[in-house]
Amino acid sequence: MNARPSCLSISGLTAILPNGSRVLRSVSLDVKPGEVHALVGESGAGKSMIGKALLGVLPPSVRQVEGSIALEGTELETLGAAARRRLIGARTALIPQDPLTALNPSRRIGPQMSDRLTHILGWPAERARNRIREMLAEVHIREPDRVIAAYPHELSGGMRQRVLIAAAFAAEPRLIVADEPTTALDVTVQKQILRLIADLQRQHGTAILFVTHDLGVVAKISQSVTVLYAGMVVERAPTPALFATPQHAYTRALMAATPRYTDPASSLQPVGSAVLAELALEVQNADNEWKRAHG
Amino acid sequence: MDSARITRRSGARLWLAGFWLALVFIAAVAAPLLAPQDPLAQDLLYERLPPFWMNGSESGYPLGTDSLGRDLLSRLIYGARIAVLVAFTAALSACVLGSALGLIAGYYGGWADRIISRIVDIWMAFPPVLFAILLVAVLGTGLHSVIIAIAVIDWTRFCRVVRAETMVQARMDYIENARIAGFGRWRIMLSEVLPNVLPPIVALLSLEMGIAVIVEAILSFVNLSISTDDPTWGGIIAEGRLSIHQAWWILVFPLVTLFLTVLSFSQFGEGLKSRFDPVLR
Ligand SMILES: Nc1ncnc2c1ncn2[C@@H]1O[C@H](COP(=O)(O)OP(=O)(O)OP(=O)(O)O)[C@@H](O)[C@H]1O
Ligand SMILES: [Mg+2]
Repeated sequence: MNARPSCLSISGLTAILPNGSRVLRSVSLDVKPGEVHALVGESGAGKSMIGKALLGVLPPSVRQVEGSIALEGTELETLGAAARRRLIGARTALIPQDPLTALNPSRRIGPQMSDRLTHILGWPAERARNRIREMLAEVHIREPDRVIAAYPHELSGGMRQRVLIAAAFAAEPRLIVADEPTTALDVTVQKQILRLIADLQRQHGTAILFVTHDLGVVAKISQSVTVLYAGMVVERAPTPALFATPQHAYTRALMAATPRYTDPASSLQPVGSAVLAELALEVQNADNEWKRAHG
Repeated sequence: MDSARITRRSGARLWLAGFWLALVFIAAVAAPLLAPQDPLAQDLLYERLPPFWMNGSESGYPLGTDSLGRDLLSRLIYGARIAVLVAFTAALSACVLGSALGLIAGYYGGWADRIISRIVDIWMAFPPVLFAILLVAVLGTGLHSVIIAIAVIDWTRFCRVVRAETMVQARMDYIENARIAGFGRWRIMLSEVLPNVLPPIVALLSLEMGIAVIVEAILSFVNLSISTDDPTWGGIIAEGRLSIHQAWWILVFPLVTLFLTVLSFSQFGEGLKSRFDPVLR
């Protein structure tokens, strides 16, 4: 057994909408220090919601009603609001899906990035600026000074995502949530960005909760996986085990729907109706149980 | 239309408007140095002198005189003082008050938004000119009540625009990113949201300065602003109206001055707005 606490430990996380329906249905997952944990599921499964919950930015209409989230052994619930904000700010970061809206359009890149560092780490401005230049070099930006002085709209999508990756790693967080960081990019850029994240992750030893719906990416980048359906954990396993012996019919169906994992020539198969019926039943059972427990 | 052409066109507009506003501003600041005559000095021998290009004009009175023989140009120059003073203080107060409330309503949402938005709705139900006359009647005539009236009435313009714009910005991922980094609400409002709502604020501020000048002129016209001795554009227009058949220039020159100033303020605002916007720049 590993004596070190998990980098991120979520257990029984339940979140509801104002009408009482559950967006997250008692989700539990563990991310070990320095590992990449993939979170897979189709659109609307609640992947982003898990990330938002642990980063403390759930939308106002979504309320966490149960469960605990611990960062390196510290339960977030035990902290006051201010201490929680500080902990999340210091230990985590986000690489977002859309690099255009994730940068402030009316501020130059440099100050935008270094602001974070001076705020989170209490560094003087000069030191933060040097760190930014260092990080921009690490993400292979050749003219850091031009980028530092640029406004976001002056950079290409790939460049912006590099900037955001640099910003995410700059304060040396322990955990980064990467929420579909390549979906908004050109196919050719996607591979480079993925490689870049993997490289930096290894060099910095940062754990990543990697949200994706692409099993190809999961196989390439992650050490363990959680499969999510309708806010419910369907399967959780080390990545090699998941691909070797998928336990749940839904996981197998997802794999069948990803051409790279079967014969590339074979046609895509949608998730079968039998599997969907089984999932619907499981969701139903989970909801009934939850209702019984909560009156 | 390519962006270079947009820039050039808004550039010309910005320069023309800026030029006129600079003239008005200089006139206001340096009125005693620039005015050829004492704006209050009456001279019954010189009453209703025509402007310089007409028969019967006198040197030293380039735009002619009013029905009491006071130099029109000097009165317009001194009138710029009141206009500029009102434009800055009243519009700026309305801007600060409205923008602050708009930011809070837009960023906090919930109860704060509901209360502020309701107040704005109620406010905007009053016809503004009537509201202004009513306020001045309550506060007593005088420049300070004109300024207060404009700020109290027109903050809602800023509030509505800033609130809507803030709500758009608050949904953006960069705000979420700032929250994750642990920035507080005020810090986010001031250093993340505000720069993005600044272009419309600047445009509105300039427009509002024009409005303030007009409102002051209207209140002077109906004799609710400062005492009639001090020259104000609205006051000169009121006097000019009485002798329109004998001396059209007493009415026309202050009207043109007023028109150019108000137009310049709005054009200057529009020009600055496109200049400020980093995406259009
Ligand atoms: N602001 C919101 N208010 C209420 N419900 C929301 C909100 N945002 C998302 N949801 C709902 O929560 C559920 C989970 O959404 P989430 O964004 O986590 O999905 P996702 O797995 O990230 O999907 P995608 O792959 O499309 O990003 C969805 O059913 C969605 O409709
Ligand atoms: Mg998502």
